[in-house]
Amino acid sequence: MSVNHFWTAFAFEPFMNALLIGLSMASIWLIAALGLAIVYGTMGVINMAHGEFVMLGAYTTYLLQSAFGLPFLLCVPCAFLIVAAIGAIIEKLLIRHLYKRPLDTLLATWGLSLVLVQGVRLMVGPEPKNVASPAFLNASMQFWVFELSWFRVFIFGVTIAAFVVTWWLLQKTRVGLMVRAVTQNKEIAAAHGIDAGRVYTLTFAYGAGLAGLAGAMFGAIKNVFPDMGAGYIVEAFLVVVVGGVGSLAGSLVSALGLGEIYSVFAYFTNGTFAKFWLFLLVVIFLRFRPQGLFSEALARR
Amino acid sequence: MKGSRRSFLKSSAALGTVAGASAIGGFPQLLIKDANAQSQPWVKKGGTIKVGVLFSLTGSLAVVETDSNQVVQFAIDKINKAGGIMGMKVEPVIIDAKSDIKVYSEKISQLILKDRVIATFGGYTSASRRAMAPIVMSRDHLLYYPTCYEGRECTQNIVNTGPLANQHSQDLIPFMVKNFGKKVYFVGSNYIWPKESNKNAKVWLEKAGGELLGEEYVELGGSDFTSIFNKIRQTKPDFIFSTVVGDSDIALHKQFKQEGFKVDKMPIAALTTGEIEIRAMGAEFGAGHFLSAPYFEALDTPTNKKFVDEYLSSKYGKGGVTHYNMEETYLSVYAFKAAFEKAAAKAGSVEAVTPRMLRDVTPGIRIEDDVSPEGLVWFDETCHLYMKPKIGQCGGDGQFKIVQAAKEHIAPDPFVIYPERGVCKFDGLHTKDGKILKSVL
Repeated sequence: MSVNHFWTAFAFEPFMNALLIGLSMASIWLIAALGLAIVYGTMGVINMAHGEFVMLGAYTTYLLQSAFGLPFLLCVPCAFLIVAAIGAIIEKLLIRHLYKRPLDTLLATWGLSLVLVQGVRLMVGPEPKNVASPAFLNASMQFWVFELSWFRVFIFGVTIAAFVVTWWLLQKTRVGLMVRAVTQNKEIAAAHGIDAGRVYTLTFAYGAGLAGLAGAMFGAIKNVFPDMGAGYIVEAFLVVVVGGVGSLAGSLVSALGLGEIYSVFAYFTNGTFAKFWLFLLVVIFLRFRPQGLFSEALARR
Repeated sequence: MKGSRRSFLKSSAALGTVAGASAIGGFPQLLIKDANAQSQPWVKKGGTIKVGVLFSLTGSLAVVETDSNQVVQFAIDKINKAGGIMGMKVEPVIIDAKSDIKVYSEKISQLILKDRVIATFGGYTSASRRAMAPIVMSRDHLLYYPTCYEGRECTQNIVNTGPLANQHSQDLIPFMVKNFGKKVYFVGSNYIWPKESNKNAKVWLEKAGGELLGEEYVELGGSDFTSIFNKIRQTKPDFIFSTVVGDSDIALHKQFKQEGFKVDKMPIAALTTGEIEIRAMGAEFGAGHFLSAPYFEALDTPTNKKFVDEYLSSKYGKGGVTHYNMEETYLSVYAFKAAFEKAAAKAGSVEAVTPRMLRDVTPGIRIEDDVSPEGLVWFDETCHLYMKPKIGQCGGDGQFKIVQAAKEHIAPDPFVIYPERGVCKFDGLHTKDGKILKSVL
């Protein structure tokens, strides 16, 4: 019984699986971080309530399922729309009035997160809820040495799709052009006739919607309870900060890097120790590159 | 000026009276008066019996502790409706501990000093118990701690109604080894209770001739088990022994199925996955797995059927299930009732009953079949319960089928894997060199 449980020796198959798990981790962290990255990058608002938007997405799915019997795959886009709508309302009621006071948005969104958590707890109840997902997602697939659950493949696919769509929206559409203009210089953009306020509302709603989308999927693979958002926010911030503010590509690369580092460390040692190493490496990295991986020179804010 | 002169006269008159009184009675009377004020009765005749109810109603612990709070109120309502304790109503003083360790210790002081409750029901995590224990001990007060815990404590101020680590896994491990095979993988949440429980489980595993393949912990609230499942896939155990708690537990069971593991080939044997967790994960993810607990909602006894019916139809039963933690909390209220009656009879009056007296009369108290949903239990001299742990297998409806019940009551032993520390008895921890240590945490 006196096995040394701390180190796991290298073995080809499980190690390859660990690499695959790293990819899956990366996709989960990226979809959780994407909305945060966009809102932070465009508006300079550090949205402390981002995790709670994830939570709202999960609860939206739960309510749509239990009250209207909507199938899971339909709940996912609905969660995006509903949480985006909630985001738009919050932007109009709260965030809008604090653009000139960036530090206050930090406090205000943190307060908002407390309100959302306790509100859900009072209205829906503190006990965890169950989101059902279709049977074909609750199975695993095998090919070559790999074994992976369909659900993780599904999350991976949705993340890639969300990333591509976001990139396309920002780079190839007129709205995206306006968003980029406002990001670079709000006043000059406004002087050219762009309704900066509207752009901000849209951006915030889109960011919230992405969180809702993430929450809809996380609810089925993990669980649904009022505090669940706190479990995603740390990794989401790590991805955004390491990737560099305002850089979508940076978020992608940092999510991949962090996911793989975590998974490989978790394979050779254990999950708790891997988290420790991950955080330590991030601290050292930020010591030498505080602007993150891809940030185009330090933004002026 | 007139006013102040009058008040001066008044106060000097009052002073005169006091001086006169003490002149007659002499100095000692003042002392006695003071001492009386200190030892004013915890319960006044014709008044109510105040008890503290200190659980988290907000924050992350609210998931479980809301139920604990509800079931204490349910039991108190029931006792009051049946005439109270010796004709006196029980009055709960309900405080939200907000899932914050500091609040537990602050509020239990308030309950003892300001509200002057005679006992407190509270806590779920070991951390909260450890936050309350020093205050309860220094005031020589009483805490009913109503859930399973790791043991290794010997105090004179806590009454426990949940199973100790030694009772929890004693039957489960041999049962699993016999039915599924020798090789096991331990998965737990990363804090004291799972680690201590696993230490206990290792003792039973060695006795049963089992083999431990690996031991992994996930941080509290952690919800990604893929890395752990990757290792489990590699080592191929015959079953998984889980001490994962709370929301992580739900993620564990969901991902078990999603990762393609088969419950009939390699089931999870847990100390924590009760009816409420199954409900939260969906019965399809829980079906086939095992739980060791003294209580299951599906227990087929008249007392339990009545308890389930009454609870679920009461205003507290909105959660829709009963589970072991809830039942253990329910027992603690009846343990309090029995202790109060015994102490009052012993002391001769309700006013003479003190919190410490309640604890001291607790050993030997039996909660009989007609009150206890899990069946007869009784307290040993350390104020832990003799109980019969049962092993249940979850079915497709989210209810457990009892596949094995202990034939005899299993004795609680908080120091079973630490024999070198000594033996816990009524008056403290008896060490090997003959000392008796009080309040060992």
